[in-house]
Amino acid sequence: MRSAIQLASLALTALTFGATQLAAAADTPDPAADAKAFQNYFTKKFPKVKLDDFINGPYSMNEGMRKQWEEKEEFPPYEFALEAGKEMFSKPFKNGKTYADCFPNGGVGIRQNYPYFDEKEGKVVTLELALNRCREANGEAPYSYLKDEMASLTAYMAYTSRGQKMDIKIPNDPRALEAYENGKRYFYTRRGQLNFSCASCHVQNPGERIRAETLAPALGILNAMPIYRSEWSGMGTISRRFATCNTQTRAVPLEPQSDEYRNLEYYLSYVSNGLPIAGPGSRP
Amino acid sequence: MRSSLLIFPLLVAGALPAFAAASEADFNAAYAAAEAAEKQAAALRNQWTTTDAGLKAAKTAAAKGDFDSAVAAAKEAEALAKASIFQANSENERWKDMEIR
Repeated sequence: MRSAIQLASLALTALTFGATQLAAAADTPDPAADAKAFQNYFTKKFPKVKLDDFINGPYSMNEGMRKQWEEKEEFPPYEFALEAGKEMFSKPFKNGKTYADCFPNGGVGIRQNYPYFDEKEGKVVTLELALNRCREANGEAPYSYLKDEMASLTAYMAYTSRGQKMDIKIPNDPRALEAYENGKRYFYTRRGQLNFSCASCHVQNPGERIRAETLAPALGILNAMPIYRSEWSGMGTISRRFATCNTQTRAVPLEPQSDEYRNLEYYLSYVSNGLPIAGPGSRP
Repeated sequence: MRSSLLIFPLLVAGALPAFAAASEADFNAAYAAAEAAEKQAAALRNQWTTTDAGLKAAKTAAAKGDFDSAVAAAKEAEALAKASIFQANSENERWKDMEIR
């Protein structure tokens, strides 16, 4: 009897240990597995949409909207911003240097590598942030992160990277993994009086309508940024997109380029690795 | 008959506070409570736009001397701020339920 009890106790201990190990394994961050699961989710949910087509947002889900968009692309509404961005990019600062001096490859064809984790700073650096840092390092005032000049500059830089596959790296640094995990947490956390997370719209309901808007899938959602949005009657950056989403759920938006938004951009870009850059884009 | 006579004064007594006009002191207390709750929500990085709107409406009404409306708006703002705090805390672990795995 005693040995039976000892055996049962031993078995229970082993089971508990095994369950703990399993739980720990389930909670260990695995960005590569996340990205695979993320892309599988969307391709299974929308079997008729090709993987690369998710970057076209609502146009990949709605035939009528797609036709209108294809016609609009003959004279795209972002064209003025693109031209302005190209001019601004090559115009020297007062000290004679240009944006090209701040970026690898002279800033051409590099959009797919942003955001990146800066191991010196221990934080995520987005393209918008890098552009303003470049300005400040050269004695220029920073631009608003939301629209106008920043949207024009990022439009031009995205344009030079069109077709390149998103290629975000997570270095072997626990802080990078933490930033990625925090971005993921932000993406799935419900906020605002409407109690919506980013995922409520862009994972659970892409292709469905909220009032007049057709919701875009989260997969590839940043690949076409910055965008001309008819609702805004103008261009908007990734910072503007995040802030607007927050406001629409009745949450007070955070400061542009706050740690939370930088981490969110890191997560969303990483899980879209392998999908082509399509910016600048246009949306209803 | 006797029971209705007893109920009437009780009803009047119960209704009295609702008819009593709010004072500036009532507003100050209600606004301070709402502001304190909103500060907690800010620390959690989870403020709601509707709380902000309520606080502004309370201040506007108070500036016009309409303390009844000001107190009502401040109390609503406090309730919204507390709801946003509850949301932030409950989402600490709950966000994982929505994750694609």
